[in-house]
Formats: sequence, structure tokens, C-alpha cells
Amino acid sequence: HILSHYNHKHKYISLEFNVKNQLKFTNRPDNTAFTQQRLPAWQPILSAGIVIPGFVLIGLAFIGVGVALFVTSRSIQVLERDYTGDESGTPCASCANSNVQNSFGFCFPQSQGPVFFYYGLSNYFQNYRRYGTSKDDNQLYGVLKYFTSPSDNCAPYAYNSNNQPIVPCGSIANSMFNDTFKLYQTVNGTRQEVSLDGKGIAWWTDYNIKYRNPTNNPLKDAFNGTVKPIYWSKPAYELDTSDPSNNGFVNQDFLVWMRRAALPDFRKLYRRISQDKYPDGLPAGNYSLEITYNYRVYRFSGKKKVVFSNVSWMGGKNEFLGIAYLVVGSMCVFMSIVMLIVYAKFKFPDEE
Amino acid sequence: MPCSKLKGICVGEENWVDSRTIYIGHKEPPPGTEAFIQQRFPDNRIVSSKYTFWNFIPKNMFEQFRRVANFYFLIIFLVQLIIDTPTSPVTSGLPLFFVITVTAIKQGYEDWLRHKADNAVNQCPVHVVQHGKVTRKQSRKLRVGDVVLVKEDETFPCDLVLLASSRDDGTCFVTTASLDGESSHKTYYAVQDTKAYNTEKEVDTIHATIECEQPQPDLYKFVGRINIYMNNEPVARPLGSENLLLRGATLKNTEYIYAVAIYTGMETKMALNYQSKSQKRSAVEKSMNAYLVVYLCILISKAVINTALKYVWQSDPNRDEPFYNQRTEAERQRHILIRAFTDFLAFMVLFNYIIPVSMYVTVEMQKFLGSYFIMWDDEMFDEELGERAVVNTSDLNEELGQVEYVFTDKTGTLTENNMEFIECCVDGHVYVPHAICNGQVMPDAAGMDMIDSSPGPEAREHEELFFRALCLCHTVQVKEEETVDGIKHGIHQGKSTSFYISSSPDEVALVEGMKRLGFTYLRLNDGQMEILNRENEVEKFDLLDVLTFDSVRRRMSVIVRASTGEVYLFCKGADSSIFPRVISGKVDQVRARVEQNAVEGLRTLCVAYRRLSPDQYQEVCQLLSRARLALQDRDKRLAEAYDLIEKDLILLGATAVEDRLQEKAADTIESLHKAGIKVWVLTGDKMETAAATCYASKLFHRNTQILELTTKRTEEQSLHDVLFDLSRTVLRQHGGMTRDTFSGLSGDCTDYGLIIDGATLTAVMRPGQEGSNSGNYKEKFLEICRNCSAVLCCRMAPLQKAQIVKLIKASEEHPITLAIGDGANDVSMILEAHVGIGVMGKEGRQAVRNSDYAIPKFKHLKKMLLVHGHYYYIRISELVQYFFYKNVCFIFPQFLYQFFCGFSQQPLYDTAYLTLYNISFTSLPILLYSLMEQHINMDILKKDPCLYRDIAKNSLLRWPSFIYWTVLGVYDAIVMFFGAYFLFDNTTFTSNGQMFGNWTFGTLVFTVLVFTVTFKLALDTHYWTWINHFVIWGSLIFFVVFSLLWGGIIWPFLNYQRMYYVFMQMLSSGPAWFSIILLITASLLPDVLKKVIWRALWPTTTERIQVGTNAGRNGELLYKIKKIFFLIVLWVFWNNCCN
Repeated sequence: HILSHYNHKHKYISLEFNVKNQLKFTNRPDNTAFTQQRLPAWQPILSAGIVIPGFVLIGLAFIGVGVALFVTSRSIQVLERDYTGDESGTPCASCANSNVQNSFGFCFPQSQGPVFFYYGLSNYFQNYRRYGTSKDDNQLYGVLKYFTSPSDNCAPYAYNSNNQPIVPCGSIANSMFNDTFKLYQTVNGTRQEVSLDGKGIAWWTDYNIKYRNPTNNPLKDAFNGTVKPIYWSKPAYELDTSDPSNNGFVNQDFLVWMRRAALPDFRKLYRRISQDKYPDGLPAGNYSLEITYNYRVYRFSGKKKVVFSNVSWMGGKNEFLGIAYLVVGSMCVFMSIVMLIVYAKFKFPDEE
Repeated sequence: MPCSKLKGICVGEENWVDSRTIYIGHKEPPPGTEAFIQQRFPDNRIVSSKYTFWNFIPKNMFEQFRRVANFYFLIIFLVQLIIDTPTSPVTSGLPLFFVITVTAIKQGYEDWLRHKADNAVNQCPVHVVQHGKVTRKQSRKLRVGDVVLVKEDETFPCDLVLLASSRDDGTCFVTTASLDGESSHKTYYAVQDTKAYNTEKEVDTIHATIECEQPQPDLYKFVGRINIYMNNEPVARPLGSENLLLRGATLKNTEYIYAVAIYTGMETKMALNYQSKSQKRSAVEKSMNAYLVVYLCILISKAVINTALKYVWQSDPNRDEPFYNQRTEAERQRHILIRAFTDFLAFMVLFNYIIPVSMYVTVEMQKFLGSYFIMWDDEMFDEELGERAVVNTSDLNEELGQVEYVFTDKTGTLTENNMEFIECCVDGHVYVPHAICNGQVMPDAAGMDMIDSSPGPEAREHEELFFRALCLCHTVQVKEEETVDGIKHGIHQGKSTSFYISSSPDEVALVEGMKRLGFTYLRLNDGQMEILNRENEVEKFDLLDVLTFDSVRRRMSVIVRASTGEVYLFCKGADSSIFPRVISGKVDQVRARVEQNAVEGLRTLCVAYRRLSPDQYQEVCQLLSRARLALQDRDKRLAEAYDLIEKDLILLGATAVEDRLQEKAADTIESLHKAGIKVWVLTGDKMETAAATCYASKLFHRNTQILELTTKRTEEQSLHDVLFDLSRTVLRQHGGMTRDTFSGLSGDCTDYGLIIDGATLTAVMRPGQEGSNSGNYKEKFLEICRNCSAVLCCRMAPLQKAQIVKLIKASEEHPITLAIGDGANDVSMILEAHVGIGVMGKEGRQAVRNSDYAIPKFKHLKKMLLVHGHYYYIRISELVQYFFYKNVCFIFPQFLYQFFCGFSQQPLYDTAYLTLYNISFTSLPILLYSLMEQHINMDILKKDPCLYRDIAKNSLLRWPSFIYWTVLGVYDAIVMFFGAYFLFDNTTFTSNGQMFGNWTFGTLVFTVLVFTVTFKLALDTHYWTWINHFVIWGSLIFFVVFSLLWGGIIWPFLNYQRMYYVFMQMLSSGPAWFSIILLITASLLPDVLKKVIWRALWPTTTERIQVGTNAGRNGELLYKIKKIFFLIVLWVFWNNCCN
């Protein structure tokens, strides 16, 4: 009897033991490095011993880059001429008031590499929000459906007063810059026209992919039933009479204009001077510029200018970048000196 | 006495109106007693779900949009839909939709589960007695007044009054494990006059009405009266909580019972206790909301400034409407005020990203996911219990790092609550039972040592009486061969294995101790308690009455009749509650022993008795029945009756039970002290015992000067004087020394420990009679407490515990409090404190269930606070600050851009960038940082608790650091914007002379932005696991890949292609690369500089430790290389300066 009781108790105890063990087993958390927050880790610390040499290195590197950028930037020739023509003393003092054809002369120093010819506008807000949305990307992609019913974004330049659709619609297209320039070099008293290259002044992707003409041939057919933008003198398919592939929405000047400038003072590429006799830049000498003055900017007190510049491997003349590098670099070095002084005085706890 | 008459008598009792009358079995009472008014009660349907199928969407939407943040984003979204705004509604609609949907799905799923559970409960069958037969009903159809049959192991379907049970004595056993977690069996009693009706036929003949109070949530309170009509002669009997079976409890060890439904459905006590706990909010959340308000103000002022400037600027008509950008006719017609308002809204929309919707999601994810690390922690797993830490709310993770006051319970929290009988003392003679050998206890007197000389015959009689008293005066049950969770002690007696079970471990220890001394309690049989005496004879005592224990009286009594016919009252209780009632006995000897034991940290109880003559017994019976019959203030009346009965006692002796300290409790308390946390012990125990525990647990040190604020002292002096005395003592000390945080630890200055007891506390807290004076007491008390390193509050009632916590919470510094306890008496303080922690102890799981976090042992508190709390605080504060910082960097350039685009709300960044910046480009690194960051190793945090002081008082989220982050954000934004501005200023970026447009400008700024904020986080990261590397570099790579993809394809579903090839064109230009590197460096420099200089000039303890371990880890070689390099640099500078 006693034995059976003993067995019973023993059984009971072992059962309990099993249950308890199982419970412990199931409830025990996983003992992995992740769950125990003990993953191997790199534990860097921004101590003076690392930061001061780091600052010196960064500072020296920045100063080096800054000097290189500054010297490069200095070597770039830039010639800027304002031709708004509403002030006396400027090269084109009476341009705004006189007839359409104007010209003025200037000297250009010797330059290296091809020269780029820009026009610039100031106080002109191509970055107005409403202005920026005022175009129809589908239309400009050559989808004919949108020729007859342009997007609402284009208002008030979507339809003319006769309710005919405008193509290309919208403020941006409508306000396209339309002054034209001719450049002459004066050699021994005779004017020689400098040939200007209008190819490749817009982004390759804009020209080839983003903007497309409808496939109609001739292109004019696609524009049936539409009218040209109000401020335009020629319809889109006749923008460049000399080159049929430079018409419609893929006209390079149009594409350049359509890429909105970020800031109210901007310049846009007009032509390149890299053909004929000038692949390596303009020789020093006297030049004159003939301007067809169409674009009115004095209404909003804007300015117009032309810019001739060559470029280097790091783009156009921009002294800011070089100076900024120099400043940040020397700040780094200066700060490391300051930290050294602090170190000398207060002694960092880790360097004793 | 019919109740209508009673009702007439008790007119003055105002609560009487709030009662209900229940007709058992829906039978009308006999005519003439009372009008039969069938009251209407709800059915027995339980509804815990929040929504129905139909109202889910509107109700859930309503609740979600009641949150300020969601509402704000909804408004922004609607504004974007309605007016012509710079960004498309998708930018705010998509994230909002995502957040709302995820939350709705989660809540819907939870509610569906609740519906399922409700249905299961509501449809389960119950047995109802109708017309003498048992029929089955669905639980939800049960009505008040139905007589219900419940069988063993069934759960009660509603609150019932027990009428009869299968046991002859009319008792039944119940566990309330699912209600309050106490798994011990409790005994419930049937009404004496109905207990005989224990078949369905008989039960059906019961003709009675029950009057009881309306439902109230207190589980342990119930008053009512049953009127039984036998032969039209109504008999009134009292009903108390011992008659009430609660819904949710389970019938045990009883074949079946009959009971009548009293409260049904949502009126049951369980349902009334459903109410959710009030939401606790952490200090970090409060700072976050304050920052949010600041940013909202910044946002609005930005919009107002821009709108105002826009109209100033536009006053020139050429600017307002230049020829190239004319308005439509409709726009011109619009009133200027409407235009201005629309512009204001548009600016709001443009800048709204400064308050990111993703911050809330990220913070919530961080808290939710982060809490898993607590649950996963293997060091907080207890082998013995097989339990790990439990997180009931993840909202308070970071609050664990902010705790300033810890309020801890003593029994079961600091101590193990594993009672062991140590000794007893009868009339000054001390008896010590021998240690248990191999589980066997010597049954004879050889098992005990007599410390004093052998007692005389009179003492002999006292001794036996004492042992019998302890064998009889308890509420222990004997369980034979059954496993019960909870307190379990095997006694090997005869041929069966039995256990003593009680809700109080002290009682079990005492009864077991008696067994070892030769007197074994066998069982309670038919109202007779059987004990086995030393001569192996069974003695039987009739149990006449039990005067149950309560924490106010702090004693309990039984009235028994011995076989000789003599009636005894045995009383057992705390010394303070026994001694005043004793009229004879060797009080001084016993008192001396009790005090000595108490100093040693033992729990002592005194035992006394009183012989009752038949007349006295009659009187006692009357007193008790009168009190028990009362419907109103029954507790008060009972207490008065007990007070009258338990008097003129003769002291027998005292017992001592040891409650061992929990493992590493002292170490934990010491660490908490070093961490600058004040530890208060709140206990119901007596002062000496508690103080001894405090010494043992190193709460008090040997050189701690103890200040007493106890009844003993206030009896001698007035409370006023004592308080002022103490405060003078404390202040004199602290006035003299500098308040350095570390000096408090050094040995030379005395630190103070305060002991206060419940009665004095009540006096201190009592609202003022003399106006300002009482407020003064509180102030003085707080002042004393503030200067004490440890405080012990003894003799505390549960509510007083909560009161203390509340007092400290409301004091002027508003410290963060933490309460830790294991029993039901700690629940109030756990709920009251900022953070409530439950210890998985022996006194049920009620504390665990009501807590925010639960841990198996007290020692786990150390890791919980010092490691987890510290980490979570560091992590979340960086998370919050960083989120605001990165959005300042994000939006401020956009604000600056408005000055250069004629305030036309032109966005600087593309829509995709606006939408994804917070969602995918910069979200994962900070989320992972806030889960993984360890600025210091875990082991160091545990070893060096002082580090906890570094983050005290919400130090990382103070206004100065918030302003620093904001200023840093603004600085970075200015560097980025104007850096790009000057680069774009009238120059070409490419070697083919082509120009970039506005989107390139924005993309340049955005690229610098994404890299800068990510690198800033990288600089702040101290713990680079592969996950951090993966996420930080991964999200930068993702940004680049996304940008390439986004600009690489003509996306057919978009009506604009403004980003086409912009990113690629930018990368093809040299100056862009140079400027990106320059701007990132320039943005990060000041922060690095600040860090290094601060680290050198004002290092925090954390930083000292970091540097120390870093140097050690890097090893000698690396260290030397660094040093040599450093010296070279030094030398170069020296030369430069000299030249």
C-alpha cells in the first residue's frame, strides 16, 4: 500500500517536473545576439584624437580643391553686355526706342576652347508657380488629341479669343524669347560674320525623347485648326526655315526656353561658336553684334544682356565654388587649431 | 421582520433608494407584504466589442480623426483637394490613407476577435430551474431572478446568490483566478434557511425575495437581504460578499450548486470592472506635443509672413501680373481677401511637411517593436518561475529611463513571500522547531528546543492552548492529493498527501510550524475542526464563528467550542493590535521577544485568547448577527462588533515567521540609489520588521540617521513640533554642504532615512482645519522627504500607498514615479504612479495585470531601468529631435525659395521627393537607430548606475537642446539653399555649356539634404551593427537608385515629366559633385565641432565612460599610431605658427 502510494507520488512529481520544464522551455526567450541586443558592432566615437587630424586632412584637401577651382575659374574669359537700352551709357543705349535692328561693338580677349553665346534676363520670374505649370506635356509629346483640347493648366493661353486652341499652349511657350543675334568679327575694317551653331544647345533628352513632334508630314498638317501663340510671329512649324528638323516642339531655342530657370536672374544658351574658323575659341579682336530687338522687358523693369564665355572642365566662370572650398577648408584648419588650444588648456580625457 | 417595516425604520439611510428587489424564480411575494413590482433588468448579454458591422467605418474614422495629428493631415488633404495648391493631394493623402488604413485594420481585427469571444460567451448553455425541472438556456437569455444550476468546473454565467449546494453544510469552493488571478479556493456560503433545498424540485419551492444594492464595481463588497416566506412568516437573513458568486469565477470541488441570478449582463461586477485603465502618457510624449505646438506656430507664421510679403511685393502691377504670366479672367474677378486666404492655405500646404505624419507612425513603431527587447531579454527570464518580463503597454518605454522615485512594496517584492516558521514564544519561553530532514518532520517533542528552563504545569497548559490556538485560528484549507497553483505545501500524513492552502502564506507557515511542533491541523469537517495532538489523538472543536482578517484591524479571531463544552475566542494579529486589548499574560516578556524578532526582520504575530461564558457567547452571537443583518454600513457595524468582541484577551505568546529577502534585492536597491533614484518602501508591515528589511536590503545603511515620524513620537510631541524639528535637522545638514550630485554618495556626510507610519501620514495629509497650517504640514513633509535618501512608510493601507504616490507626483518638481508591487494591495499605487510594475509573485496576478510592465523578480528592475529605460530614453529623444531637425532642413529651403520666386508657392522639390522624403528616404535609418542604438555598453550601464543621472529630468529633450537642433536645422537649410543659389547664379554647370533649370536646382538641394541628414544620424550613431550599415547606406543607395529610375523613364501615368533626366544631368556635371560634397561638409562641420568641444569642456559622465572604454578597446597599437599622428600635427602647427 505504502509502495503504491510512493509510486503515485513519484509519478505525480515527475509529471509536474515535465510540465514545468516544458513551460520553461517554451517561455524562455530566444538567446540570439539580436534579441539580447548584443550584435557585434563597431563603436566609433568622435573624440579629439580622430576629429583634429580629420579636420586637418579635410581642411587641407578642401584648400587644395579650392585653389584648383579658383585658378580654373580665373582662367575663363567672360564678356557680358547689357543691351536693355533704357539707360544711357550702356552699349545699346537707344536699342529699346529705335527700330528693330541694332548693333554695338566690343572687344573680346583671346580665349581657349569654344565660346558659348548666352542671352540673359533679369528680374524675370520663370519660376512663378502658375507660369511653370502653364504648359501641356502631352501636347508637347506630340499627342494630337491635346492639340485640339489643351490642358486647363494652359489658361489663359489655351484658346484665343475665337476659341481656337493654341499650340503650343501656355504661358511658357507664349513668352518665348525672340530676339535674334548676328555676330561679326571686324578684321582689318571688314565685317566677317561669325557662324553660330544652334545645334545641341538644349538637353539631348529634351530634343530626342521628352519633346516630340507629331508624325504628320509635312508637320504643318498637324497644326490644322490651331493657332500660334499670341506673342509669336511665326507658327511653331516655321521657327527655323533653314533647318526642317529644327521646327515644331523640337526647335532648340524653344527647348532651351521651355527649361525654366530656377532663379529670377538667369541666362540661357543661345549659340555655340565652334564652327568654321573658331573651333578653339574666338581670337582676340573687335566684334560687333547685330540685334533684332523684339523682346520687351522694360515693362517689368527687367534687363537683357548677352554673354560670351568659354568653359572649362568644371563649367563656366564661378568663383563662388573655389572661394567656398577655400573658406570651408581654412575653417576646418582653423577649427582644428581652436580644438588644439582647447586641448592644451583643458586636456581631453582620452589623451592623458 | 418584513422588510417594508425595516424600510420604514431606515428612512434616514439615503442609499436605501438604490436597491433592487429580486423575486426568486419570478414568484410573487405573499400578499400583504409588499406590492409586486417587476423591475426591468438588462439581459445577460456581454458586449465588450466597440463596433458593429454597420458603424465600424464611421465610428472608427471619427475616433481616428479625433487625434489631433490625423485631423491636421485631413485638413491639409482637404485643402489640397479644394483649392489650387502647389502640391498634389497625393503627397499628403497617400501617407494619411496608409496610416488610417493600417490603424483601422488593426482595430477592426481586434474588434472582430472581441465579437467572437462575446458570441461564444453569450451563446454558451446554462442550466435554469423552471417549474421544478432543469432546462437549458443560452447564457444571454438568462434573466435576473432565474434559479441557475452550476456544476463543478463550470463558470458562473452571471452574479449569483448561493441558495444551496451539494455539500451538506451549504458551502461551495470557488476560484476567482480569471477575475483577480488568485487561484486559491475560496469558500462561499449558502443562506442558512435555504441550504437544505438541494434538489431542483425543492429549490423550486423556495419562496423568497432578495433586496440588494444596485450593481457596483467593487468585487469584494456586496450587501443585501433575503426575505424567505415560510408559512407566510417572512424571515430576513443578511447577505454579504460571502454569498455572492461572481461571474467569471469557477466552481471547484463542489458537485453542483443552486443559485439565483442577481446581476446580469453588463451589470455584473466583472463587466463593471472592464473599464479600461486611464491612459498614461510619458514625459517624452508631452515634450513632443510641446514641440509640435512650436512647430505649428512656426508653420503658421511662415505662411502668414509669406502671404503678407507676397501682397507687399505684388503691389507693383508689373510684378503682380507681368505680360508673360497673365491671369485668367476668373482669377482677376476674385476678391482680394479670398485670394489672400487661398494663398495662405497654399503656403500652409507647401510647408505642412514640417510636421510629418510619419513621425507618429515611426514613434509608435519604435515603441511597439522596441518593447520586444524587454520581452526577449534573457536576463529578465526567471528559471524558477519559468516567466519572462511582460510588457502591457509600450507607451512608457522611455519613461523607464526617467524614474526619480521608486515606491516598492515589501512583502513579495523585496522579500520572497516564502514564509518559514522560525520560532514561537509562549509566555517568554521560546520554541524553535528543528529543521526539516529529508522532508520528514519529527512528530514528537524532540523536534523542538526549549531555550528556557522547563515550564511549570500552569505554563504547560498555556503552551498547549497556544498551539491549539494556532491550529484553530486561521482560514487554511486542506487539499488532498490535488495540484493547485499558488501556495502549495505537501504534508505527508498517514496515507494521503495533502496540502495546506490559504490566501495568506503566513498562515500556512504557522500551521506547518505547529505541525512540526506536534500539533497537526487535519481538516474542517462538518463545522468541526480536527487536530492531531502530540499524543496522536484527534481533538475536535466546533467552529462557531470566524471574525475574518482585515487590514484595518490587522487581526482575526475564531470562536470555537471544545469537546469539553468550553467556548474559546482565539485571536491572532499584529502586536500593535493585540497588546492594547490584552488584560493579562506575560506581556512584557512577549513584547521584548517580539521586538527582538522584529529587529531581526522576522514577521511577528501575537496570539491571545478569551474564554467565553455561555452568556457572553450569546451576547457575542447577537452582536454579530445584528451587524451582519444590517444592510447599510455593514462593514462599519461589523468592525464595531468585532471591536466589542475582541477585548479582555489573555496573551498567550507570539510567533515569528521569516520572509527571506529576494535574491539581489540589496544590490538592486543600492544600484537604484547610485542612479539617483529615491527608493521608498511602502508596506503594511510593522515598523520594526520593515525597518529590519530595509537594513537588510541596504535601503538604510549603518550610518544612515533615522528620522522617525511615527505615532509614538507624535504622542509625545505635537505633529507640528515633530515636523519642524525634523525639517530643521535635515536642512541644517544640507544647508552646510554644496549640492554636488556625487557628494551624496560619499561616506562622510550623513544621509537620512525617514520612517513614517500610516496613522501619522493620515495626520499629515489631513485637509486643514486651521486653514493654511495643514498645507504647511504637507510642504514640510515633502521637504523632509526630499532630503532623505530613503523613506520607509509602514502600516500602510492600500489606498494610502496610492496617496503617497500622488503626493509626490503632485509636488512642485513633478518627479517621475514608479511603483512596484506584487499583490492586490499594490494595484492602487501601480495605477497611480507614472510607471507601474508588477512582480510575478505569489499573491495572485492582479498586480501583474494592472501593471504597465511585469517582471518575475525585483532584481530585474535594475536592468529594466538602468539598461532598457536608459536606452529607450536615449533612443526616443534622438528620434524626436532628429525628426523635427530633418523636417526643418527639408522645409526651410522651400521657405527661402519663396523669396526668389515671387512668393508664388513654387515647390522647390518634385512631388515624389516631397512624398517620399519622410516615408522612405530618411525613415528607416532613424527607426533602426531608435531600436538598436547603444551609446554605452549594456554591461557598463549595469555596472555604473551613476550614468542614469545623465539623462535625469528629461535632460535630452529640454528646450535648449530642442533649440540647438532647430538652429542646426535652420543653419543646414541656409547652407544648402544659398550654397545652391550661389552656384546657380548666372553660370553654367556643364562643359557643354548647357543650362540647368529649376528642377535641377531643387534636386541639388534635395540630394545634399538627404545625404546631410543621413550623415548627421551616422555621426550620432555609436553602435554600428550590420543592420545600421545596411539601413543607412541602403537608404542612400535607394535614394540614388530611385532618383535615377524616377528621372530615367517617361512615366506614362503622369501628366508631367519635369524630372526627366534631371538627376542624371546633374550627376554628369563636375561642379554639382563638388558642390554636393562642399555643402554636406559645411552642413555637418558645426555639429561635429560642437560635439568635440563640448566633450572636451563639459563632458558628461556618459562621454567620459565612452572615451575610456574606447581607448581600452582600440588597443595599444592603434592608440600609439593615433598619438604619433597627433604629435606630428602638433609639430606642424607649431612650426607654422613660429614662422
